[in-house]
Amino acid sequence: MAPAPSLRSGRAIWRRLKPAALALIVPLVLLAFWQVATTQQWTRLIPTPAQVGEYMVDFAWGGIYDDAYSATLATHLLASMSRVYGGFALAAIFALPIGLLIGRIPTARMLLDPFLQLMRPIPVTAWLPLSMILFGLGARSAFALVCLGAFYPILLNTVFGVRSVDPKLFEAAAMLGCKGNAQFYKVVLPAAVPSIFTGLRLGLGLAWFVIVVGEMTGVPEGLGAVIMDGRTLSRTELVICGMIVIGVAGYLSDRVVVAVGNRLLRWSPGNHG
Amino acid sequence: MAEIPIIDIKSVSKVFRLQDQTIHALRDASITIRKGEFVCLIGASGCGKSTLLRIMAGFEQPSAGEALMWGKPIEGPDPSRGMVFQDYALFPWLSVRDNIGFGPAARGLPGAEVKSIVDRFIELVGLQKFATAYPHQLSGGMKQRVAIARVLANDADLVLMDEPFGALDAMTRERLQDELLEIWQRTGLTVVFVTHSVEEAIFLAGRVVVMTPGPGRIESDNALDLPRPRDVSSPEFNDIRRVLSAKLHSHHGKKVTA
Repeated sequence: MAPAPSLRSGRAIWRRLKPAALALIVPLVLLAFWQVATTQQWTRLIPTPAQVGEYMVDFAWGGIYDDAYSATLATHLLASMSRVYGGFALAAIFALPIGLLIGRIPTARMLLDPFLQLMRPIPVTAWLPLSMILFGLGARSAFALVCLGAFYPILLNTVFGVRSVDPKLFEAAAMLGCKGNAQFYKVVLPAAVPSIFTGLRLGLGLAWFVIVVGEMTGVPEGLGAVIMDGRTLSRTELVICGMIVIGVAGYLSDRVVVAVGNRLLRWSPGNHG
Repeated sequence: MAEIPIIDIKSVSKVFRLQDQTIHALRDASITIRKGEFVCLIGASGCGKSTLLRIMAGFEQPSAGEALMWGKPIEGPDPSRGMVFQDYALFPWLSVRDNIGFGPAARGLPGAEVKSIVDRFIELVGLQKFATAYPHQLSGGMKQRVAIARVLANDADLVLMDEPFGALDAMTRERLQDELLEIWQRTGLTVVFVTHSVEEAIFLAGRVVVMTPGPGRIESDNALDLPRPRDVSSPEFNDIRRVLSAKLHSHHGKKVTA
């Protein structure tokens, strides 16, 4: 006999909810640990989840503490977003053409690849002082550092995508009458799109990743600036709020990119993130 | 006046250099293919059959000798010589429609004309229902149908097939063999077909060219006058199979039982 309908629909609901339920376990355990650790006063320097929650509401809408940071979340978030997306876009503008050149033209590879490989291990943090000298204190410096952080993943994945086109596809295109430079647009570019896309996704992730360093350059607004202020003022709840906002914003930003990618790369079986 | 053959391979040799080794992929091969023929190249791996096919396609240049199409040297790949690869080599980012339309579009035909060509050939290979599917959504047999349609849609006079059904299961292979023969008979195409299966060669070909390795060379050129459709279980079929198998293994100097 078939199982009762209620049982079957219960199972169907569970199947639908299972991924979300599983994903929530680790964060909830950590949250519980945080709650216990702070209420048991294992540390006095970290506020309880409830305090952070309350502060987050004040940070977003104000009306609780009404200090210098009340109701400023939107301002800081927008400031950071403009640097993240601006720096990312700038990085893409440089990295994509350079990557295509290095991938396709041996001379360009010999000219640029050793230098870029040498520069790549230098962390963005190490560039901070030089960047402040070159671009001054403030937004331009932040912009440059975010751009630098996003540059290499876009570049490397573009080079990889262009170089790993199945050679058979060039032969197939040639025997169908598509030869020479036309192959670049008809074969190389479309074949490299999944890799390029992976590079853009990683690049945008890194742009969010380095925003705090980028905003150590003395900018007045931005989530990184808020975190640095929180540290200076010993306001840990401010630091944690900044961290949470960066995490959530970076996550949502990545989901949008993944959704766009899944649409754009329907043809590519391995590209559903 | 003698008819000019579609393909004329004259004493062609091909030498590859791998590091400090020299490999004679093909030595002094000569073969003439007339319009409308269905020729199978058969042999063990390393006999140069794929090299010979790739020289006909224009992907490789002979180290010595001449490769001619309609009496003119083959100087590179050309839409008049379509290639069907064993691993399909479809463009994964293009739908079935756009894969088939790739050649006509590359030639710069107007959109409406490309569309009508695509419609015709998508129907020829029976993939109307999969017109908007991408290659990764298709079975191996369907992919190879697209690859065949793509070459036919491009007006190729000569279709070169490099073990096209080698990766397919037996039932799909037999069906595609039937379909290929039907298309060949209907369109008057010229087909050069590389395989390592004696049975496949005898089932399909008007002529079977047996090649042997070390160095790759042409052992014999065998015209088949079996009536079509051919029955793989008939005694005549098996007589030919025995003879060709013996030739195929002649370089071993071993007695062969088919």
